[in-house]
Amino acid sequence: MTLTQTATLPLEVRDLTVVYREQPVLWDVDLAIPPGQLSAIVGPNGAGKSTLLKAVLGLVPRASGQVWFFGQSLREARARIGYVPQRNTVDWDFPTSVLDVVMMGLYGQLGWFRRPGKREREAAMHCLEQVSLQDLAHRQIAQLSGGQQQRVFLARALAQNADLYFMDEPFAGVDAVTEEAILQVLHGLKSQGKTVVVVHHDLETVREYFDHLTLLNVQVIASGPMEETFTSENLRRTYGAKARTGG
Amino acid sequence: MNPDLVIVTTAILVSSASALVGTFLVLRRMALLCDAISHAVLPGIVLAYWLSGGARATLPALLGAAAAGLVTVSLVEWLTRTGRVKNDAAIGIVFPALFSLGVLAVSLYFRQVHLDLDAVLYGEIAYAPLNTLWLWGLELPESWLVMGLLTLLNLLFVLLFYKELKLSTFDAGLAASLGFAPGVLHYALMALVSFTAVGAFQSVGAILIVAFLIIPPATAYLLTRRLPTMLLLAVGVGVVASLGGYALAIWLDASIAGMMATVAGVCFALAFLFSPLEGFLTTRLRRRRQRLEVAARLLVAHLAHHPQPVSEQEIMAEFGWHPRFLRQAREKALQAGWLEARREGLWPTSRGRALGQGPSVP
Ligand SMILES: Nc1ncnc2c1ncn2[C@@H]1O[C@H](COP(=O)(O)OP(=O)(O)OP(=O)(O)O)[C@@H](O)[C@H]1O
Ligand SMILES: [Mg+2]
Repeated sequence: MTLTQTATLPLEVRDLTVVYREQPVLWDVDLAIPPGQLSAIVGPNGAGKSTLLKAVLGLVPRASGQVWFFGQSLREARARIGYVPQRNTVDWDFPTSVLDVVMMGLYGQLGWFRRPGKREREAAMHCLEQVSLQDLAHRQIAQLSGGQQQRVFLARALAQNADLYFMDEPFAGVDAVTEEAILQVLHGLKSQGKTVVVVHHDLETVREYFDHLTLLNVQVIASGPMEETFTSENLRRTYGAKARTGG
Repeated sequence: MNPDLVIVTTAILVSSASALVGTFLVLRRMALLCDAISHAVLPGIVLAYWLSGGARATLPALLGAAAAGLVTVSLVEWLTRTGRVKNDAAIGIVFPALFSLGVLAVSLYFRQVHLDLDAVLYGEIAYAPLNTLWLWGLELPESWLVMGLLTLLNLLFVLLFYKELKLSTFDAGLAASLGFAPGVLHYALMALVSFTAVGAFQSVGAILIVAFLIIPPATAYLLTRRLPTMLLLAVGVGVVASLGGYALAIWLDASIAGMMATVAGVCFALAFLFSPLEGFLTTRLRRRRQRLEVAARLLVAHLAHHPQPVSEQEIMAEFGWHPRFLRQAREKALQAGWLEARREGLWPTSRGRALGQGPSVP
């Protein structure tokens, strides 16, 4: 184990512990995410996957641990990081339009006080095209299906134009067509050399979709390249005896 | 100075200032917290009153109230964060506690002083023209100065931080990860709510201020799905309530602030029933129309399948319709041009027959 963080790694986590009330939700997590790859975080419900993303992004307090992005602190690297939360974390009855939500991804580049203008609208429109939602740009977000909501969030993340993305279950509850569309976007990001960290639930597809795998259940059970990590032994240790390797 | 003018303009200022910050409270689902703040400012006012030696002083009262408001918000958040009490329960614990402190303090120490409980609870906007101060050689109502400044402050806050407020209200997680300090904005908003509550309490009292903070934005929320429109409508409803409430209060010789709150409530009820978006009655009417439309399509499709005219009895038996419903469905189909009335009975037109090709939902 090296004592200095590796500048090329998009994400490095050391000794991360998160405690809600008295119960540790994440315990002594060490993690190194390789650059330019699609990386999956997999584990049972309540394993702490969402909490890991939030703790890394400073959205929940951590009891201990250090986090580096590209060898920098969160504050320094903020503009290079994009986050797609779980869909149900926002109020979809909020009075705003699809295009407006996508433009929120550009607020970080605008900074305080500056308002989005024509340039931002065009950029947001371009991101909506990448998820094939341009026709719904002016729709109220209350009138979207679950899969469309997910794609709006994805478009918003694209607008952030980050180098490292965190996505919390983007494939949850979407149909095959939307799943394919999201996958296309992920591959597009990868081909631009970006790193994407995705919380994923489906053991059947995880091997096909991702290059790198982290198995999590409060602790990191295993983390590494897909072929080495996706073993029945590791899955058993993550999920207990019932887990299947998915063929 | 014309007292009517002073009262009405004061009310308009109170409702505008309230609607601006109230909109974000409603969107953050914090209406209950605003109730708590408006009550909990009482001990702050009393404390400030006591510290400033019993003089009628607006500035110390404002500061004391804002402090009390922030204490309320912090206590509620702290209680919620311990995870042992739910948010609504935390509010229900904090605000009676602080409010009762205020009531006790008033009744124990200020029995003889000019700070009577009724005025604190219900306010008296009718006195607004009597409290005046001299400024630049002009005798101005104090309420104009206080509420004018507060309206301006809230307006500036919403205009300057519109983008940041919108983002942190919709998705605090993203706001934080983009570095927009949603926590700071949250407390700033709460401070302004406290300011507004206390600035307005002389006019409308601690209880009715909630009607001004919550009802106009809640009404606007029913009427639009755009945030800028919602802000404008909320202010508009506040103005309507001020004008209408005053007129009615004079006419019926009733409490002015109470009448204004009532008119605001009536606005809400109207929006609830008749909103073009999802009004209770509008939705029912729309559903009925849609049901009729489906029935008309069924009828046309049924007729198109039969070479001979079909009797009404047969149709009613087939679909289990009442005669009245059949009449309405037939009327609808005739209007849409799917059926035509010939001497031998009803016939599907070519458009009606085209309908039968498949369920094409517009
Ligand atoms: N705000 C909170 N307060 C207290 N406990 C929490 C909080 N959020 C999550 N937890 C607990 O922390 C644990 C981990 O939650 P987390 O949401 O990170 O799991 P997850 O792996 O994302 O699960 P899922 O697959 O269901 O999304 C759970 O046991 C949960 O009950
Ligand atoms: Mg989760």
